[in-house]
Amino acid sequence: MANTRTKKGATAEHVERRDHPSPATPAQDPNWEREHKPEMSPEEHLQGLSPERLRDIMHDMLLGRRFEEKAAEAYALGKIGGFCHLYIGQEAVAIGAIHALQQGDYVMTAYREHVHALQMGIEPGAVMAELYGKETGCSHGNGGSMHMFSAEKNYLGGHGIVGGQIPLALGVAWKIKYRKEDRVMQVYLGEAAVNQGAFHESLNMAALWKLPLVVIVENNRFGMGTAWERASSLYDISQKANAYAMPSAVADGMDVLDVYRVTRQAVDRARAGEGPTLIEARTYRFVGHSMSDPVSGVYRTKEEVEEEKLNDPIRIYANTLADTNVLSQQQLEAMDEEVKKVAEQAAEFAESSPDPAPEQLYQNVYVDEDVQGQLYLDGRR
Amino acid sequence: MATKVYMEALSPTMEEGRLVTWMKHEGDQVNEGDVLAEVETDKATMELVARGSGVLRKQLLAEGDTANVGTVIGVVAAPDEDVSSIVGDVVAQEASTTAEAPKAKEVARAEESGAGIGKAGAAVAAGGQTEMDQVERAHEHDAVRYEPAENGRVKASPLARRLAEEKGLDLNRVQGSGPGGRVIKRDIEAAREAPVAAPAAAAAPAAAYEEVPLTQMRKTIAKRLTQSIGPIPTFYLTVEVDMSQAVALRQKINERFAKEGIKVSPNDLVIKAVAAALRKHAWVNAAWTGESIRLYNEVHIGVAVAVEEGLITPVVRNADKKGITEIAQEVKELAGRAREKKLKPEEYTGSTFSISNLGMFGITEFTAVINPPEAAILAVGTVEEKVVVEGGEMVVRPRMRLTMSCDHRVIDGATGAQFLQTLKQNLEDPMMIIA
Amino acid sequence: MAVITYRDALNQALAEEMERDPDVFLMGEEVGVYNGAYKVSKGLLDRFGEERVVDTPITELGFAGLGVGAAMTGLRPVIEFMTWNFAYLATDQIFNAAAKMRYMSAGQFKIPVTFRGPSGAALQLAAQHSQALEAMYSHFPGLKVVTPGTPADAKGLLKAAIRDDDPVCFFEGEMLYNLKGEVPDDDDFVIPLGVAEVKRPGADVSIITHGKMINVALQAAAKLEKDGVDAEVLDLRTLRPLDVEAIVATVAKTNRAVLLEEGWPYGGITTTVATLIQELAFDHLDAPVLRVTQADVPMPYAKGLEKLAKPSAELVVEKVNRVLYR
Repeated sequence: MANTRTKKGATAEHVERRDHPSPATPAQDPNWEREHKPEMSPEEHLQGLSPERLRDIMHDMLLGRRFEEKAAEAYALGKIGGFCHLYIGQEAVAIGAIHALQQGDYVMTAYREHVHALQMGIEPGAVMAELYGKETGCSHGNGGSMHMFSAEKNYLGGHGIVGGQIPLALGVAWKIKYRKEDRVMQVYLGEAAVNQGAFHESLNMAALWKLPLVVIVENNRFGMGTAWERASSLYDISQKANAYAMPSAVADGMDVLDVYRVTRQAVDRARAGEGPTLIEARTYRFVGHSMSDPVSGVYRTKEEVEEEKLNDPIRIYANTLADTNVLSQQQLEAMDEEVKKVAEQAAEFAESSPDPAPEQLYQNVYVDEDVQGQLYLDGRR
Repeated sequence: MATKVYMEALSPTMEEGRLVTWMKHEGDQVNEGDVLAEVETDKATMELVARGSGVLRKQLLAEGDTANVGTVIGVVAAPDEDVSSIVGDVVAQEASTTAEAPKAKEVARAEESGAGIGKAGAAVAAGGQTEMDQVERAHEHDAVRYEPAENGRVKASPLARRLAEEKGLDLNRVQGSGPGGRVIKRDIEAAREAPVAAPAAAAAPAAAYEEVPLTQMRKTIAKRLTQSIGPIPTFYLTVEVDMSQAVALRQKINERFAKEGIKVSPNDLVIKAVAAALRKHAWVNAAWTGESIRLYNEVHIGVAVAVEEGLITPVVRNADKKGITEIAQEVKELAGRAREKKLKPEEYTGSTFSISNLGMFGITEFTAVINPPEAAILAVGTVEEKVVVEGGEMVVRPRMRLTMSCDHRVIDGATGAQFLQTLKQNLEDPMMIIA
Repeated sequence: MAVITYRDALNQALAEEMERDPDVFLMGEEVGVYNGAYKVSKGLLDRFGEERVVDTPITELGFAGLGVGAAMTGLRPVIEFMTWNFAYLATDQIFNAAAKMRYMSAGQFKIPVTFRGPSGAALQLAAQHSQALEAMYSHFPGLKVVTPGTPADAKGLLKAAIRDDDPVCFFEGEMLYNLKGEVPDDDDFVIPLGVAEVKRPGADVSIITHGKMINVALQAAAKLEKDGVDAEVLDLRTLRPLDVEAIVATVAKTNRAVLLEEGWPYGGITTTVATLIQELAFDHLDAPVLRVTQADVPMPYAKGLEKLAKPSAELVVEKVNRVLYR
């Protein structure tokens, strides 16, 4: 295992690291845990979460994985169109972080969002139907893979422009403060979005006004095909918060309980009115950027992906639960069978759902359709 | 502003004209609408009318000479206006052997300068005149044809087009006062206010008709027969008619109307009888168009008239609706003007059936050549005393032989025969046609 | 009815709407302590406090997105751009978020945000600060676009914009802030969006325009009157929704149209209006539809050049004469 990663700024060490363009993930870095993860026994690692809660987390991890595998299959069969960005390998991040939220809190993310949507409580059938472009989808077929929404579940969407969701989340956090609500806004972005102005503008205002915002950067090390160290002068994303006098933390994005632990602290701070936190969750995607991108090849090797897969977050978590006697191998298998069935049923539901009616084309462009003058000039209506 | 005098197209088919007489001489005052010259077309001698006022400064075509339609043949301008450039152009144009129609050039020039108010060959001077004048002019002079632009399209604003359609105005006949001669709303309004002159179209409007699609059988008949006999597969049917009653009737009419100077000829009776018969036999009052057979709803009879140089066929319109004396008068008048070559184009086009009568030359029977696209022509022989057997006895009767040439693509033998039967009845019992 | 300035009319609208609805807040650069770069928000900080009258850093993308996010979850933000020239930086949030959020979510969210600020050329501010960009915003389904040209319209339409449940881009005329006019005092003086107004009735030709150019159109109409031409001036007021009926009606009445806008001709508002006239009023036209726009160049600095670049009453008169075939 190469010991090449750094968490410091643009130092000589940093430059040296850039000469070896395969920075280590937490698992590859024997120093990583010492620096970021506190020394904890397996029991301490469970953070007092109930066995039910711990099993729920495993259920959610498995469901995310099996659901997306099903989606990949449907995509291959041509039932899903357009872009389809899968989350396989990164499940620990959204699932760990969302488990740190309460009822009433909000979540918003970018376009790699199926698992976030599921985790916020949208029915798997409605998520799958949205992928299928069906009327029963959570956005009634208007959004697709990148634009799932549930106002009811406080899931404020998948957003397609890199970094575009961050100012929106800032606005939601503003609203929470404006109305003095007991809520937290959690926004996700990929590490590549950190280079967008929207990120910096939003962090500045969030910190300036102490808004209840938790910013979670899912660092899967590649912005599409560009490795993070080829895109940022500073490797350590958590350090970017320093520019805005904002607290930050790094989480092991392959360890769902570590993500939970770090996020929980940030959420509690936000809820207490202490302002925003930046979290960098270091993770890895086992699949291509989208369904049209090969798993490996141009920008990463097959060997690298295979090596990372040894750190599969589901396996890591399964081991933790086995070691602490929360979930046996048998129970795990039964749970896996169950979620496979859920994914299967979601696909069946999507398959049998109707296409959106043609009338939907002109619906919901505006709230107020009952205006004088013409809203649409296409001469078709 | 100078106005060019063009050799105008004075018949639908005219390509060139022979200048018979200049009615104005160089230096004569000319008012718009004055007759400048008489021009012989392929059909008749027509008057060429001035499009602008001023002095006829230059005649550019000698009497007796011929010029293509569109050629500048004179210049009307103010007495002191410099017309050398126009004259120079024409001379240069003559000198060049280019085949390009001068008309196109002139039009292009008029449009480029933006000066031409009128369109195409019939450019009208605008200088110093109100638009009302121009519009009225358009109506005063029926022969004035505001020809559409080169591509055959009249420039008109969308509003003007709509208004014209609503008012039943022909945009071709409204002079535009907008840029490039565009017809605009005010032109339509002015045209509506102006007294509407008799709708004298340049060419006679086609008679109303019903279009019958060709059946496969008709197509086959047409193809086979054409291959066999020529472009128009003609056959001939002859019938002999007893003219006793017709002759008596004619005599009566002529006596009755002698004071009015009306004289009915046997041919006039034939015209009336034919018109009445055609009403009953639509397929004879018909035309072959190539794609269909056209059954006319109106009966317009062409009457062949011999003139010095040949033959012209003035048309008795709606002959079925006219009385015998009316027909007689009309034929006389038309024939007279035909001999003087004074027929207007609309007076010798648009017939649906033709009659040729050589009876006055003592011809007893002949075949006439069909005038396409008509489907038939009737050749009328002389009325002669003949011995016939009636009720077993030999009697002398005035008899006349009628031979119809039929286009077999339209008319079959039986169809033609039935028509002649009706025609025979009409003539033998003329009450049938006057009642 | 009081005679007040366009600026004060906007100020009244903001104050009245903030009074009426606690979810309404004003945010932007210099709106608070400074009382607004153009003093439109004068006195509002004192009256409503810094939670509702919020000075932002210079960060257009960030606070535009903030407005959309806050609107998405229930507030009714009024986001001020110091001028619309600066809103280019915010367009991802306006075009990709505000305009599309409701549609992408199939109606699960409404976005009652108002983006407002001065627009168009003032005097010698040169290329980057002299732009009339309403056509660009009107391009996007999901946005509403409003361009008041008089103090009364400024008040009535801003109130309508703030109360509207859809995102509204509200373009104020930078040169209009001192324009005075009669404005109703009524707290509920709201002019519905999508309703054009004939600012001057006439019979011979229609000058169709919006925003600041209303005044240029009225000047042109006054000049034309001396020549015996009776011009109708139609103020579109709202560009989306667009009062197409009013456009067709005026063209049907006069049969001639000259279209006037402050912005550039390519893909401009006049382009759209001309197309609609052609589609819907073709048979009413007695002349081609002509346009007067800004010269198709970036705005120059030099006074004389700037004057040449701007649409003027003289240019309108010239085009009117052309459509009248004079």
